[in-house]
Amino acid sequence: MELILTEDQELIAKTAVDFVGERSPIARMRALRDDGDPAGFSRELWKEMADLGWVGIPFAEVHGGADLGLAELTVVIEALGRGLAPEPFLSTVLLAGQLLQRSGDDAACARWLPGVCAGDTILALAYQGVTSRYDAFSPSVVATASGDGFRLAGQAIQVLDGHVADALIVSARTSGEQGEASGLSLFVVPKDASGLEIVRQSRVDGRNAALVQLDDVAVSAADALAGVDGGGPLLQQTIDRATIGLCAEMLGGMQQAFELTLEHMKTREQFDTVIGTFQALKHRAADLFIEIELAKSVVMAAARAADEAGADPGELARHVSVAKAHCSEAYVHITNEAVQMFGGVGMTDEYDIGFYMKRARAAELTFGDAAFHRDRWAALGGY
Amino acid sequence: MSDLQAFQAETRAWLKENCPASLLGAGGGGLVGTWGGRKWQPENEDQRVWLERAAEKGFTAPTWPTDVGGGGLSKAEAKILAQEMRALGVPPPLIGFGLTMIGPTLLQYGSEEQKQEHLPKIVRGEIRWCQGYSEPGAGSDLAGLQMRAEDKGDHYIVNGTKVWTSYADEADWIFALVRTDPKAKKQEGITFLLIDMETPGVSVSPILLISGSSPFCETHFQDVKALKSNVIFKEHAGWTVAKALLGHERSMVAEAFGGGSRRSLADRARAYLPGATADGPLPDGGLRRDIASFEMEARAFGLTMQRSRDAAKAGQQPGAESSIFKIVGTELNQRRQELLLHIAGPQALGWEGEGFADGELATTRDWLRSRGNTIEGGTSEVQRNIIAKRVLGLPD
Repeated sequence: MELILTEDQELIAKTAVDFVGERSPIARMRALRDDGDPAGFSRELWKEMADLGWVGIPFAEVHGGADLGLAELTVVIEALGRGLAPEPFLSTVLLAGQLLQRSGDDAACARWLPGVCAGDTILALAYQGVTSRYDAFSPSVVATASGDGFRLAGQAIQVLDGHVADALIVSARTSGEQGEASGLSLFVVPKDASGLEIVRQSRVDGRNAALVQLDDVAVSAADALAGVDGGGPLLQQTIDRATIGLCAEMLGGMQQAFELTLEHMKTREQFDTVIGTFQALKHRAADLFIEIELAKSVVMAAARAADEAGADPGELARHVSVAKAHCSEAYVHITNEAVQMFGGVGMTDEYDIGFYMKRARAAELTFGDAAFHRDRWAALGGY
Repeated sequence: MSDLQAFQAETRAWLKENCPASLLGAGGGGLVGTWGGRKWQPENEDQRVWLERAAEKGFTAPTWPTDVGGGGLSKAEAKILAQEMRALGVPPPLIGFGLTMIGPTLLQYGSEEQKQEHLPKIVRGEIRWCQGYSEPGAGSDLAGLQMRAEDKGDHYIVNGTKVWTSYADEADWIFALVRTDPKAKKQEGITFLLIDMETPGVSVSPILLISGSSPFCETHFQDVKALKSNVIFKEHAGWTVAKALLGHERSMVAEAFGGGSRRSLADRARAYLPGATADGPLPDGGLRRDIASFEMEARAFGLTMQRSRDAAKAGQQPGAESSIFKIVGTELNQRRQELLLHIAGPQALGWEGEGFADGELATTRDWLRSRGNTIEGGTSEVQRNIIAKRVLGLPD
C-alpha cells in the first residue's frame, strides 16, 4: 500500500474542503441546534452530496454508486468533519449501507441502496443496548421464533439518525450466548413496522440519535442479512470499516480545532504580547501538531488496508484499533488543550471551539475508546 | 525478466559468492559493525575481506556516484540490495558517520576536489570521521559556539574545545563548526571545516557516562593549523551546511530508534511474570496495556515515516518531517527502554557480575543510554521550537 493520495483522491479532497468552506461551516451546525430542527440535518445538502457522488462512493454501480473505496470516502468525511456536518454518512453509508452491500443480499440491496445513493433514503443500524458498551455481540434485542419468522423485543440505544431513518437494521440474538459472534441476526425493519417505537435522543454533541423500542415486531427469516444466526462477523467487520470513517471525521475535526487555536494564539494579547510567543504554549502546540501528523498516517493506512482485496481480517482489525486509539486520544487532547488556550471564552457557547470538544468526546466513546482498542490489540497479538 | 529482477538475481549471486560464510547472520546495523579507519583492528580476517570486496563493488555506499567509489545504484536497486542482504543474513560491510553524515553533506556541498579527496576513503573504510558541533557553552544554542579559527592567509589557526564528539578517540578526521568572524551575527560567522585529527595540537579525552560507557569525548584544539582548502561550501556560510547535516543526523537517529524486528515485548514479559501462560493474556493488566500502547504508537510512527517516504518518492517536497521524527522516534525508544525495565522488574537493576543475565545487564545500560536520545542531535525542546516557528508560524 502507498500512503499518498492519488490525483483523483486529491481532487475529491479539494472539492470536499471547498464545499465545506462555502456550504457547511460550523455556523450551519450551530443553527440546526439553535432552531431545534426536527431532522437535525439538511436534506437539501444531503441531496447535493449525493449528486456530487459522495453518498454512493462505496456502493456498486448497479445501485447508482461509484464502486470506490474507503480511501475516497475518508477524504470526503475528513473534510465534513472540519465543519462538524451532521449529515448521515455514519448511519446510512458507513454502517447500514455497507452492511447491506457486504451482506451480498441482492434483493435487499436492490430495494434500499438506489435510494441511498440518490440521497433519498436514510438508513440506521440498531445494535447497542444500555449494557452492551462496545461489544457488538451483546445486543439488548431478543428474537423469538414464531411460525416461519421471528418476533423482536427489546431496546436499542443511540441509534444514529434513527429518528429519520426509512428502515432500521436491527441486531438481535436468535440463539447462543451474549458476547458470542454466532447466533446473532441482522433484520431489516421498515420504519412503519408494527410494534416499533422511535424516540429522538438528545446528546452532548448535538448529533442525531434515537432510542428504539421493539415490542413484538414481526420479521421473516428472509429479512435476515447474512442469514439467521450468521450476522455476527458481518456486523463486526462493518463496524470496523465504519470506525475508519469515524476516524477520518475525527481527523478533520482535530485539524480544524487546532487551526482555530493557532489563530487564537497569534492574535490574543496578554502581558503586552500575543500569547503565541510563550514557549509553554508553543511546545504544547508542537505536540498537538505531531499527534495530527500521526493521525493522518493511521487513518490513511487503515482506509487502504480495508480497500485491499482479500485483506487479512486480523491485520485490518489491528489497523482499525491503531487508528481509533490514536484518533480518540488525539482529538480529545487537542480539543481539551484548545479550550485551555482559548481561556475563559473557550468555555462560552458563543465560541465554536466547545463544539469540537463535545464532538471529540462523543467520537471517542463511539466504537470503543483507546483503552478498549489497546485491549483488543493485545488480544489480537495473543497476549 | 525485468531489469530489477535481473539486478536482484545478480546481486544475490554476488553476495553469496563474496560475503565470507563466517559472517552470515552476524547482524549489525545501527551502531554495531565495522567502523573502519586508520586505527581499526578487524576482529577476524573475514571482516577485512568482506569490507574490501564490498568497497570494490561500491556496496559500502550503494547510492553514491561511481566516480567517488560508490555503487551508483538507483533507490530501487539499493532497496533490493538491502533486502537481499537481510534475506541472506549478510552484515553491513561498513558503518559510520562518514557514510551517514559527512558523505551526504559533501555530495551536496563539497567541491569536486573535496569529493574526490574524501569520499573514496570513506567508501573503502580507510578514514573514520567524527562530528565537532557542540561545545561546553554551546549545546541547544549551537550557533553560540566559540571555537575560534583565525585567518592566516591560506590556513586557519584553531583554538577551542568540542564536546560530545562521538568516538573521537577512534576517529581520523573531524568535521567541525568554527567561528571565523566573531563580529558577525552569530549564525553568520561560522565556517564548516574539516580537520585531520593527527594534526599537532589536537587531543581527545573520553567522557564517562551514567551507563558506564564512554562513547563520547571532549576534543581540545590548541593552535591547530587547518588549511582553507578544507572549508566546505563557503567561509562564514557553515550554518547552512550544518543544518543540512543535522537533517541527515536526525533522520539517522530516528531510523535507528524507530523500530526493527525484535523479540516481542509480550514474550519477554511472559518470562518474568508469575502465573503467565504460553499464550493467554498477560497476568499484569497494566503492563499488558502499556505494551499494547507502545506497540500501537510505534506502528503509527512507522506509518508516518512510510507516508513521508512515499510522498518523497512521488516527488513531493519534504515538510518538517525530520524534526517530528527525531522527537517521536527518540521518545518512543525511551518508552521502550522503560517498558523493558518494567518487564524485567528487579532483574533490571544489575550493573555487572553474578546473578544477572547478559540481556538483563544490557537492559540496564540501554535504558541509561536512551536518556541521551532526547538530548543529542538537537534536544526535543529545540525540535519543538523549530516546529512552532517553521511549521506553525508562531512568533518569537
